[in-house]
Amino acid sequence: MNEGRRSDGKPAGEFVTTGGRPVDDLTLANVLDGTVDESDVGIRPAVLRHQGTIARGAGRDRLADNFERGAELVDVPDEEIFATYEKLRPGRARSRAELIELARYYRQTYGAHRIAELIESAADVYERRRLFQKRF
Amino acid sequence: MQEASGNRWKRYDVWDDRPLRYDRFTPDSPEDGFCATNSPTDPKPSLVMGDGRVVEMDGVAEDAFDMIDTFIARHHIDPDVAGEAMAIDSGDFARRLVDVNVARGELVRLARGMTPAKLCDVLDSMNTLELSFAQAKLRTRRMPGNQAHVTNAKDDPVQLAADAATAAAMGFDEIETTMRVARNSWSNALACLIGAAVGKPGTLFQCACEEAEELRLGMAGLTSYAETVSVYGTEGSFVDGDDTPWSKAFLIAAYTSRGIKARCTSGGGAELLMGFHDTRSLLYLEARCLCVQRAIGVQGTQNGGIDGAPVTGSMTGGMREILAENVLAALLDLECASGNDTRISESEIRVGAKIMPHLMSGTDFLCSGFGSIPAYDNSFAASLFNAEEIEDFLAVQRDFELDGGIHHVPEDHVMALRRRAVDALDAVFRDLGLGDIGEAQKASVVQASGSRDTDTFRLSEIGVISETIARKGITLLDIIAALGRTGFDDVAENLLLLLRYRVSGDYLQTAAVIRDGQVISAVTHPNDYTGPGTGHRLTAERREEIAGIRGLLTKREIFESAERHAARERRRYHLQAIGPATGGTIRDEVVIAISPAFGRKLHQTTSGQFLSDVMKALFDGIQEAGGRARVVRAWHTADTSFLGLTAARLSASGIGIGIQAKGTAVIHTADDYPHMNLELFSQAPITGLGHYRRMGHNAACYARGERPEPVSIPYKGEALGARFHVQTSLIHALETAMVKAEAEPEELKVTFHE
Repeated sequence: MNEGRRSDGKPAGEFVTTGGRPVDDLTLANVLDGTVDESDVGIRPAVLRHQGTIARGAGRDRLADNFERGAELVDVPDEEIFATYEKLRPGRARSRAELIELARYYRQTYGAHRIAELIESAADVYERRRLFQKRF
Repeated sequence: MQEASGNRWKRYDVWDDRPLRYDRFTPDSPEDGFCATNSPTDPKPSLVMGDGRVVEMDGVAEDAFDMIDTFIARHHIDPDVAGEAMAIDSGDFARRLVDVNVARGELVRLARGMTPAKLCDVLDSMNTLELSFAQAKLRTRRMPGNQAHVTNAKDDPVQLAADAATAAAMGFDEIETTMRVARNSWSNALACLIGAAVGKPGTLFQCACEEAEELRLGMAGLTSYAETVSVYGTEGSFVDGDDTPWSKAFLIAAYTSRGIKARCTSGGGAELLMGFHDTRSLLYLEARCLCVQRAIGVQGTQNGGIDGAPVTGSMTGGMREILAENVLAALLDLECASGNDTRISESEIRVGAKIMPHLMSGTDFLCSGFGSIPAYDNSFAASLFNAEEIEDFLAVQRDFELDGGIHHVPEDHVMALRRRAVDALDAVFRDLGLGDIGEAQKASVVQASGSRDTDTFRLSEIGVISETIARKGITLLDIIAALGRTGFDDVAENLLLLLRYRVSGDYLQTAAVIRDGQVISAVTHPNDYTGPGTGHRLTAERREEIAGIRGLLTKREIFESAERHAARERRRYHLQAIGPATGGTIRDEVVIAISPAFGRKLHQTTSGQFLSDVMKALFDGIQEAGGRARVVRAWHTADTSFLGLTAARLSASGIGIGIQAKGTAVIHTADDYPHMNLELFSQAPITGLGHYRRMGHNAACYARGERPEPVSIPYKGEALGARFHVQTSLIHALETAMVKAEAEPEELKVTFHE
C-alpha cells in the first residue's frame, strides 16, 4: 500500500472517511468483502474545513472560502446540487424572489450560510443586469 | 498557389509552398476586436473605495458595474492591500516581477489589491524574455508538469485504455479525454481511468463534457479533476456561455464538496470568437477573467489562448499576449495549465517557437494538454504537439536541459503496459457485464499508433456500453472491486491511492499532482525560485530520464557494424603492405594515400559505401583516363589535406589523392600549400561510387597536365552535420588514435577478388 502524505505533512491515515473509518481502511480487502462501501468514499466537511485552514495559512484566502462553501455542500444530495447550479445559470430563475427563497432553503436545511450569501448576492446582481430574462 | 509570371520574384513561389502560408495574419483593428494588448478602449487603472467597498474600478462607477465588475469588486479586490497596491508605479512593480531579490509571496500579496487594468498596466512594459522569467519566479508549484490528451476518432475504449497507460508511463501528471459522440462519456471515462492506473499510480484524470454531466462523472469517482469550467471577460460572452460568475462559483464549490480537483478555463480570443469582444484588448479581457477566477476561489486555471490561441496568434504580439496571460494567472496565485493545447500554426517553426518561452520558464502544466495520440485522433482538434512530435519535444527538452514533464519509455515496456491495460479493461468489462473484447481487437490496439490501425467496436456498440455504465451507476469502488476480483490487484491499488487522497482532500490544494505516491502541490512544494541554483533543478535521476531519448549512437554501434563489415571486405579485396613507400617513376601515375584506419578498423564511408568498392572506383576512374594507380598508407596523419599532399609528393606525376576511411577525399598537387587542393570531396555522406570514379578519372587527367571539369556533388541542403557528425566524430577519433607521428608511409599492393 502506498503511504500518502497530507498537505500539512501528516500521514493520510489520520483522516476519517464519511463512514467514520480511518482513511487507511480503504484497502482492497475491505472493498472486496464489502466492509467499505459508497458511504465511506465521500469527503467530510471537517476535512474540507481543515484543507481550508491550510489554504488560508498559505495565504490563499479565496481558496479557503471555497473550501468552506464546499464543506457546506457535502451533505447536499447530487440532484439538488444539479438543480441549484441550473437555477443559477442565466435566465433559469425568473425572479429575485426565487433565488432569495433558494438561499433561505440552503440556510435552513443545511446551515449553508456561505452558499446562501452567494445565492443572495447573485439575486441582487441578476436583477440589476436583467439576468432573469428568459433564454429558452 | 499563384502562377509564376514573367514579372514575379521566384522566391515567392518558394514561400508560397511553405506550410506557413496556410496561417492567416491580420493587422490590429481594435474596433473589430483584433488587438492583443492595449486597445484604445481599454480603461486606465483606477480604484476608489468608500464605506469599505469598491465604489469605482477602472473608470467605472459602482452603479454602472456589469456583473463581472461587481464580482471582481466584491470578491477579488482585497481592501486591506488595494490602496498600497494601486499606488505602486506599474513599471516599478514590473521590475519587481523580474527581481530575484523580491519574494514571490510579496508580489502575490500585492496583486490581490490590483484591478484588471492595473494588472495589464504592469505587464505592459515587459517583453517576452521578461515575461518568461517572471513565470519562472511566479509559478505556484516548484516542479513543472504536463497534461496529456487521450482521445481517439472511434471513441474506442480499448485504445483509450492502452493510450492512457502509455501517457501515464511517459510522466504526464494529468490525462484529459473527450468524445466524438457526447453519450460515450461514461465509456471514455472508465477506459481512461483504468488505463491511467495501469500506467502509473496517481495520474489525475478528467473527461471534458457538458458541465453537469462532467460533475456526474466526478461524483461517481470516474474522474478526479475538471478543467472546463469556462469563464469569460465580457458579460455578453459569459451569458452566451450560459453561466455567470455566481453559477461558476457554485459549481467549483460543488466539485470541492465531492473531493474533485477543479480549475477554470479562459483565454484570449474566446470573447472575439463568440462575438462579444466589446472592442477591448485580449489581455484586458483575460485579466478580468483571472480576477473572477481568483474571486471564485478556484485553485487554478487553464488559460493562455486555449481554443482562441490561433486567432490570438494572427495578431501582432499574439504569442507574447498568451505568455502574459499565463504570468497573470501565476501572479494571482492560480495553478496555471498554460494552454499550448491547440495547433496554432501549420508551421513547425512557429509551433516550436511557441512552446519555448513556456518550456524555459516551466509552468504548472506546460500543455493542457499535449496530444499524446496522433493529431487525427485528437477529439479536441490537433494540439500544439501531438503523438507525431513527442520525440521532437523530448529532443528539445534534452537540448536545453529543460523539464517539460515527460520522458521516453522503451518499446518493450510500452508494449507490455499497453497489453496489460487492454487486459485490465477486458477483465472489468466482463466482470461488470459490459461486454467482451476479442483477442484480435486487443492485439490490434496494443500495436496501434492510432485508430486507423485498430479493429474495434462499432460506434453504436460503444454507445450501449457507455449507457450501461451510467444506467448501472458503476462507481470507482465497483471498478476497484472488479479489478481485485480479476487479479489486477496492483491496478486496483493504484486507484485506491487516488481514492484515499480524494477522501483526505489533499489534491484539492493549489497545483496538486501525485508523484511517486505523494501529493506534490504549491503547499507541500511551493516554488522557491530566487535566482541561479534555486527552485526546481534537474536531479541526476531526472536528468538521466530527459537524456535517455531513443536511438542514441555510441562507439559500440559503430564498432559492431565495423566488425560485421570486416568479414565482408576480406572477401572483396586485400591490402598487402610491401615495404616503405618510395617516390614513383611512372610519369602518368596517381598515388592514393589512405588513412591509418582505412580497411583496417573501418570499412565503410559515411555514405555507406564499402571501402573496397571506393578503392575499385578510384582505380577504374584512373585507368579509364589512361593513368596508373598506386596506393600507400599514411601512418603519420589522418588529415585529408596532408594525406593528399603526402600522396602527391610520392607521385611521379605530382598528383595524388588523399582519402580517409569515412570517405572524405581530396585531389592534391605536390607543389602547393596543404589546403590548396585541386578538388575537395568534403561531403562524404552524399559522395557515391560514381563520384569516386570521376575523382580517379580527373586525377589521371591532372597527371597528364590536362584541366578536367571538376566533379560537383549535388547538395540538396540536408543538415548533414545533424545526420552524420556523431558518427564522423567517433570514426575520426579512431583514425587519429591510430596515427603514429614518426612512421613513414608504406607501399600497399591492392588485390581485388572476384
